[in-house]
Amino acid sequence: MGLNEQIQEVSREVGERGYLLTSVDTLANWARTSSMWPMTFGLACCAVEMMNAGASRYDLDRFGIVFRGSPRQSDVIIVAGTLTNKMAPALRKLYDQMPEPRWVVSMGSCANGGGYYHYGYSTVRGCDRILPVDVYIPGCPPTAEAFLYGILQLHKKIHRTHTFASGWGENGIRRSAKLTG
Amino acid sequence: MTPEKLDTLATCIAQRLPDLTTQRLADALILHVPVDRLLDTMTLLRDDPELDFTQMIDLAGVHYPERTPPFDVVYQLLSVHKNHRLRVKTGLGEGEAIPSVIGIWSCADWYERETYDLMGILFSGHPDLRRILNDYDFDGHPLRKDFPVVGRYEMRYDEAVGRLVREPVALEIADREPYRRAL
Repeated sequence: MGLNEQIQEVSREVGERGYLLTSVDTLANWARTSSMWPMTFGLACCAVEMMNAGASRYDLDRFGIVFRGSPRQSDVIIVAGTLTNKMAPALRKLYDQMPEPRWVVSMGSCANGGGYYHYGYSTVRGCDRILPVDVYIPGCPPTAEAFLYGILQLHKKIHRTHTFASGWGENGIRRSAKLTG
Repeated sequence: MTPEKLDTLATCIAQRLPDLTTQRLADALILHVPVDRLLDTMTLLRDDPELDFTQMIDLAGVHYPERTPPFDVVYQLLSVHKNHRLRVKTGLGEGEAIPSVIGIWSCADWYERETYDLMGILFSGHPDLRRILNDYDFDGHPLRKDFPVVGRYEMRYDEAVGRLVREPVALEIADREPYRRAL
């Protein structure tokens, strides 16, 4: 069903009955994906691409994404850049301060696996040694488009989770769920 | 710098410091100063009206593991008014301290901290000689040639303990050829 048909369907339902039927999970996931506030964690040049995605050309505001300086009011942490041994405890502390549900996006080669500095003495070889990562965005640095695509992938992942309905397996994730477009 | 300018500077320095050796490169002049003469020489270089090196542009350490003494401290000086430059080199043994030049150029503060952090060179008279780039409890000095390029430890979050733990590096490549040669 295309977007136009969906809109027509919704308007027809509302027009005829005055209400909409949906599941609690769908509503919760819609709410969660519609305003994902990222904890700003720019560490290197990736942060510039992240800012670029936030600026007027790509405009993350369209997705309800507003950068937030406080971990207490953030839903997602975007690790954008090289994570060093010295910074790792601070990153983990900020992640621990975020309220659940929370997600982690690893942006760029350095955050994914150490990247250019993989054999360096001060680099964490992948931020997944410190945090549980949901989405890895490849690139050095990834373009703003790639970053945006990663965010949309995260949206898809969230849409597949079922927090309220029972019988969906551990962690509320339905194992057999198909990736739908 | 032009060759004429280098000539003028070289004679100027030779008149005032006849016992020190200078080295001439195509576009630079290097002055070799022993550790015990460093502060006197630097003060003269700054205060003499003909030399007038009022700015220290950079301070760095170099490690030559096969040489004695194994370290060099290199100062890059600039005279803004005379528009000439000078490189000063001081050889230094392992564990030997070199006097701090903070009293002459106050900008030396962070350069000396960095040189201490990365090379392990001690600067006597520095008011706050602690690490500046690496973590305060970092083990070793990473720009020394005998320091393993992948480092000695790495960080990992331990689910069982609930905090970050530090473990020895588990990488095959830990001592690659140029670094093994230096050991």
